[in-house]
Amino acid sequence: MTELADRPTALPAATDKSDVQGTAEMRVWRGDGTTGQFVDYTVDVNEGEVVLDVIHRLQAEQAGDLAVRWNCKAGKCGSCSMEINGKPRLACMTRMETLPKGEQVTVAPMRAFPVIRDLVTDVSYNYEKMKSVPELKLAERKEGEVHRMAQEDISRLQEFHKCIECFMCQNVCHVIRDHDENKPAFAGPRVFLKYAELDMHPLSTQHGEKVAYDEGGLGYCNITKCCSEVCPEDIHITDNAIIPMKERIADRKFEPIVWLGDIRSARKDAKQQKKR
Amino acid sequence: MSVSEAARPVPNGPAPTPRGGPGGKTLRKDRWWLQPLVTVVVLVLFIAYSTWSAFNKVNYFHDPYLSPFFSPCLAASCPEQVRWASLNLMPWISPAIYILVFPLGFRMTCYYYRKAYYRSFWQSPPGCAVAEPHKKYTGETRLPLILQNLHRYFLYFAVIVNLILAYDAVLAFRFPAENGHHGGFGFGVGTAVITINAILLAMYTASCHSCRHLIGGRLNHFSKHPVRYKLWGIVSKLNPHHPKFAWISLFGVALTDVYVRLVASGTITDYHWIF
Repeated sequence: MTELADRPTALPAATDKSDVQGTAEMRVWRGDGTTGQFVDYTVDVNEGEVVLDVIHRLQAEQAGDLAVRWNCKAGKCGSCSMEINGKPRLACMTRMETLPKGEQVTVAPMRAFPVIRDLVTDVSYNYEKMKSVPELKLAERKEGEVHRMAQEDISRLQEFHKCIECFMCQNVCHVIRDHDENKPAFAGPRVFLKYAELDMHPLSTQHGEKVAYDEGGLGYCNITKCCSEVCPEDIHITDNAIIPMKERIADRKFEPIVWLGDIRSARKDAKQQKKR
Repeated sequence: MSVSEAARPVPNGPAPTPRGGPGGKTLRKDRWWLQPLVTVVVLVLFIAYSTWSAFNKVNYFHDPYLSPFFSPCLAASCPEQVRWASLNLMPWISPAIYILVFPLGFRMTCYYYRKAYYRSFWQSPPGCAVAEPHKKYTGETRLPLILQNLHRYFLYFAVIVNLILAYDAVLAFRFPAENGHHGGFGFGVGTAVITINAILLAMYTASCHSCRHLIGGRLNHFSKHPVRYKLWGIVSKLNPHHPKFAWISLFGVALTDVYVRLVASGTITDYHWIF
């Protein structure tokens, strides 16, 4: 690791201080993935500024080499996920005045993923897990027929489409946050949304719930709802995706009444095929 | 601001985790421990009270009021007015024991209570972004927790119990003749207590996640099932309030039992009017 002392500490400071309205005590994690430590800074803050503004000022004035991932600054790209005062949040959507006044603001990288440097983490685990989601295969259509979907059939899925892939739900999920050993077996809340989309799609021919259980480790989830609590898009991940998928799995795996129905319909299908 | 404030390392900060970030249990500064603590206290008090009540087989009935802990009353020792069966397997046990497993199982496997007790009792996790103390975690993938998937079966029983409690509420309007006064249709404080309790329990059951799934959640083509879609929509509106109904109905059951016991033991008088 490059020693902190060796890194360039600051870019030339901004000269116009006329609109500065206060200062904030910031405690920022500095490290390179193998070692690290919190470093304290005092930074100017103006009214209405968000944590990302303050981090940018910190970069500009005191820590030119501070690594932070950001992009849209509007809560829509999901890049600036980090842990502010211990809670997973988007730095661009966390206003400084909403944090406890007079207290030091702790800023740390997402805990569930390996740190690349400072506040930037390697989130490739999530993309790897996303590969386990099968491609949507639509029901076959007859010649000249077009696929039509009613609004009420897809409203449920549209909630899941709001996901901005900030991966804070993945980060806060204790199944992997506290247990690295579960990562091979557990896909995480973001991927469960994908499985739910696959399974609830009105024209889908696949059983997303089966993949979610067998490959995604849905059974690991103990529905403690932290994923829903931290979602910046207010997607009800647990209530509208994970629990419905658990119920669908219960249909398939733990419901003898449904098994009887399945056997009956399988026999019916077999009879129809024989007739053909 | 000036650049006078130089970066300074914090000597006693948490050591990095193998992933390279800060270690320690949590960096949260708020009172994240309060909610699990309150949950533990309330649930322990409820379990203690309900256990005492379930084993205390006197004063659970005062005509026409029956404590919900004892409904449906299935033992031979039950008062005639509210007896549904005459089970006499072990005469010394309280009638509540025969039926306790159903409401208990429904609440134990409830998606909301799971969240509550996993967080508070099992600390898995104690709060969001607060590390759990366990070295290993397998969730609900194996016994005994895989049995949580049986929630829907407890729901079926809960619906039956709710119907019986609704019947009890109807009976609570029918007063016996006493002290020279004629009996018949009437209304008392206990009637209100028992009716409100039945409504709260019905709301808790109707807002259940399994109920939502069985009504319409398993459908992919709502447009082909308009009635079920409508019902699913209603349950979906109730569903976010499931935690509220879970707590209120829990208090409701306990307070209803307290009321019936106080009236039955003569500690308080039930004010009622017979028409």
